[in-house]
Amino acid sequence: MISVVLVAAIKSVLVVVMVLAGFAYATLLERRLLARFQLRYGPNRVGPFGLLQPIADGIKLIFKESFMPATADRLVYWLAPAISMVAALFVYAVIPIGPEIRFFGTTVPLYIADVNVGILLVLGASSIGVYGVILGGWSSNNKYALLGCLRSSAQLISYELAIGLAVVSVVLTAGSLSLVDIVNAQQRLWFVALQPVGFLLFFIGALAETNRAPFDLPEAEQELIAGFHTEYGGFKFAMFYVGEYVGIITMSLLVTTLFLGGWHGPLLPGPHWVAIKTFAFVCLFIWIRATMPRVRHDQLMAFGWKVLVPLGLLNVVATAVIVALVGG
Amino acid sequence: MEWIIFVPAAALAVAGGVGVIAARQPVHSAIALLVVLAALAVTYLLLTAQFIAVLQVIIYAGAIVVLFLFVIMLLHARSGEGPIEKLPRQRVAAAVFAALFLAALIAGSVAATGPLALAPEGFGTAQQVGEVLFVTYLLPFELASVILMVGIIAAVVLVKRVPPARGEGR
Repeated sequence: MISVVLVAAIKSVLVVVMVLAGFAYATLLERRLLARFQLRYGPNRVGPFGLLQPIADGIKLIFKESFMPATADRLVYWLAPAISMVAALFVYAVIPIGPEIRFFGTTVPLYIADVNVGILLVLGASSIGVYGVILGGWSSNNKYALLGCLRSSAQLISYELAIGLAVVSVVLTAGSLSLVDIVNAQQRLWFVALQPVGFLLFFIGALAETNRAPFDLPEAEQELIAGFHTEYGGFKFAMFYVGEYVGIITMSLLVTTLFLGGWHGPLLPGPHWVAIKTFAFVCLFIWIRATMPRVRHDQLMAFGWKVLVPLGLLNVVATAVIVALVGG
Repeated sequence: MEWIIFVPAAALAVAGGVGVIAARQPVHSAIALLVVLAALAVTYLLLTAQFIAVLQVIIYAGAIVVLFLFVIMLLHARSGEGPIEKLPRQRVAAAVFAALFLAALIAGSVAATGPLALAPEGFGTAQQVGEVLFVTYLLPFELASVILMVGIIAAVVLVKRVPPARGEGR
């Protein structure tokens, strides 16, 4: 009993450290890539290739003065960024990054928990993450923050539905809710080939869920200053940022797991393939941000409810009929 | 062993319940409701009902309370405070019914005490819940979906603005 808890605790610490390091370098990657897309250099002065820049940023954010608007709701103002960060980190309990490996003579699976309802747990955690944005925007007592949080709650609820429907079609194809089983079901053929519509739905939904361009309305600078985190600074702002960038990594990892065969790939060992595929999707997220203009809010809602949701429903029905006919 | 988890979760649920009715601001009440729902999800997990626990988080905590918050913020966007409305006559009735409900709960839990059987293998998984829902209780399940559908259509009809009839338009 104790040893089980201990192993899980060690794995959790390792995963959190890895994810936070991934977050730090995702911010650097984004700044460097965006600069390259715009024919600039980006931050390249701190350390070789600017590799120490995230550390400098982190130190700066930690030592910044911690201010708070006078009329803010104290408890909620502190709670919101914490919710955002914890919900983003929590999903790594069930996302597998590789099959079992031999380690000091014992078999260690490269995931913390293979729960029977894994993918639902991921969706649940992401729906809790919405509260960070909503409560942060409300508690700041600022009209721009409030507008940003209202926009984002409407957006997140709508696009969560599209993601959910895409996931349902994957679950129907794999016949299991466990992420490990879903990866194992893709040994021969990746689900991106079997579920191209689901893949597109999921990816578009992922862009909206992480508040990324072209769906970054909750923080549209021209209209809302910085949206829901207008009144946040210092370490609390950093926690929102952790939530956002870890969300991007999570979504890339999920696309990899659900549609691109997870750790399956030739030659290299499993975790390498997971890392390569995830990295490619993080770059795609940044590339899209550098390329696409922001959509209007009514266009966003109309697209979500009138295009993505009906398409997702049709896809689920078609998948169910095919699975029933083939006898999966 | 389960006490280590059950006692904090139950205490948190009760504290959240008190918070829902005691909080001054509607937004704080909604957050307290969130605490109740999360604590209940933990107790579901203790009962090995993992599927129900996750659904509790996704649907109640993830969707319904978000809608509550959304409405509260839209209606009372400036302060998040609700209109002050006292319902003096309903207090007594509420107390009576709460006492009755408590008595029924205590009676039910006393009647249920006895030797506990371990949950069978696979209990509470998505497969089991699905089988019970779609094989054993298919008809009640479908009837419930019809009732929900009626509710949705009714809501749409109620909020639809009827355009003024031709001829009597201004």
